[in-house]
Order: sequence, then structure tokens, then C-alpha cells
Amino acid sequence: MKPIQIEDVQNILETFENKDLYFHLETTSGAYAAQNKEKLAVGAYIRNGSLRFTNVKIAGSGPFRVGFKLQEGWMYAEGLTDYQLDDGRLLMAGHDKSGRLAVAVQLSYTPFD
Amino acid sequence: MEKQVLVVFPHPDDEAFGTAGLMTKFVNDGVPVTYACATLGEMGRNMGNPFFATRETLPEVRKKELKDACQAMGVNDLRMLGFRDKTLEFEDPELLVSTINKLVDELNPSLVITFYPGYGIHPDHDACGAAVVEAIKRLPADDRPTLYTLPITPDREAVLGKPDKVFDVTDVLDTKIKTIEAHRSQTEAMVARLEDGSLDPNSDIMTFIKQESFWIYPFDE
Repeated sequence: MKPIQIEDVQNILETFENKDLYFHLETTSGAYAAQNKEKLAVGAYIRNGSLRFTNVKIAGSGPFRVGFKLQEGWMYAEGLTDYQLDDGRLLMAGHDKSGRLAVAVQLSYTPFD
Repeated sequence: MEKQVLVVFPHPDDEAFGTAGLMTKFVNDGVPVTYACATLGEMGRNMGNPFFATRETLPEVRKKELKDACQAMGVNDLRMLGFRDKTLEFEDPELLVSTINKLVDELNPSLVITFYPGYGIHPDHDACGAAVVEAIKRLPADDRPTLYTLPITPDREAVLGKPDKVFDVTDVLDTKIKTIEAHRSQTEAMVARLEDGSLDPNSDIMTFIKQESFWIYPFDE
């Protein structure tokens, strides 16, 4: 993956508009965060959800936010730092300084493995 | 001497710190060791700096590391059970139990090793341990293998008492460190310290690595 370049990612995102897509949406503080009772361990995960969006915008000056306007709702994520386009799939993720993933948004025309 | 050992953990690297030394000792003694690993640790968070993986390539990276770790220990029967990381507690428990039952039927182990359910910290650890306990509980009492369990919560000794078995693995420490190093995606920060010599041989972490402690699961109580 490489650091998000906002215009490039915006252009890629727009190619997915108004199409039937599979998405991966994930956020996690890590399962071991539960060890520290001061912290609330949180996470959410959707693998191969179905999605169709009419508008999309990536915003911020880094880390970035991305929001998808759906036909009947919204989806968004924040904290994104890096992206990669491989085999027509767009992978976006937010990594901390040591390279640990904290959030991920991925779009694909075919289901993820 | 054990006839056959079966180790069941949910993630590649779960064996590395707590059990790799004992597994190596069994291999060195000629005891067949089977390692059943339920998932490929697909949800690991460390992607490296610089990156060595994405969410989509991490499973292949960790599968390779798992194979390398088995090679380091000399374990040549690795079973990858095909579950997905962080989903074990949500699976139909019967699916997990029957998967482990089949392994137990096939291998007829004299010793099984897993996490102590309820003391695993990670939900997959608890679900894996609970499924192994249930699978063995279904055997007639006389046919049950010994079950070594690993509790990893900080309060383990306060609640469960002292471990029933403590193994000094200093004699196979080189192999154990190679096993830890094989899981580079998970252990690279520590591996760097092992390699540059900045880890004091008498430090807490090294003392911890040199000793492997197990609690024998009390089926009768």
C-alpha cells in the first residue's frame, strides 16, 4: 500500500459509483485491548456486504475520511492513511505509526475470499 | 512417554511462546506431534513498517509463517482447519467440537494441549479451548487423553493455583526462538531485539520464554 493521494483516490472511488459492489468494512482496537480495563475494546466487521452508492467523497488532510451516499443511507469511515488498487479492487486502510491496521474499507466487483 | 500429541490453537503463533519448547522436546523424543491450527490469523493488525501485507494478503503471509514455524520445530503434521480469525465464538459450537472430535478419533492422542477456556483473553482462545474440552469430555472417562491447558490471564495463579506441569525448555531454546522468529509478522519488534542482542538473557521476557507452564484440565470436578 502507499500513502493516500487524495485526487487519485477520489478518481478511483468515482469509477465505482452506481455499480453493484461487495465491500469490506472493519475497525478494531485489537482483541488484546480488553486486557487493559481502562480501555473499551471495540471493533466492527462486515465482509462481503452488498453496496451501491450514488456519491462518494474522500475528505481531510490526512488521515482521511471517506463517505458513501447510498440509495437509502450512508456509510463512512475515518482514519484512513493508505491505499492500493489491485485486480480492480480498491483497498484502503488506516495504519498507526508502527504499521498496525485500525480501520479498513475495501471495494470489489467480486466477493473477497 | 506420550504416544501421540495433539496441539489445538486458533491462530498461527499461539504455539510460539507457551508451547513451542515442549512440542520440540516431544519431536526430539520421537513422539508424533500434530498441530491443528483453526484459522490463519486473517485479522492480524500488524502490516509492518514498511508494509509487508494488506488485509487481503495477510492470510498467505501467515500460512507461510505457520509452515516455517512447524518446520523449525520439526512438526510435520500440520492441520489447517479453515475457520476464520475472530469468528470462532460465533460458529455453531457443534461444528468446532465435531471437527476436533474427528481429529481425536483419527489420532487417538495420549496428550492434548490447548487454551484454558475462560482464561484466554482473546475470544477465539476461549472458544477453541471450550471446544477441545467438550470434545474430550464426550469420550468415556477411561479413554480421555490428558489435557494440558494454557490460561493466559494475569490472574491465572490467583484463581487456578500453581501450574500442574512446568517444563524448563532451555535445552531447546534455539529452536523455540526460531519458531518465534518464523511468525515474523506478529513478532518482528521482538525479533529485532533478539537479533541485535539488546534482550538481556536474564530479562523477564527471556525467563518467561525459558519456562512453559500448563494446568491439567480437571474433568472430574
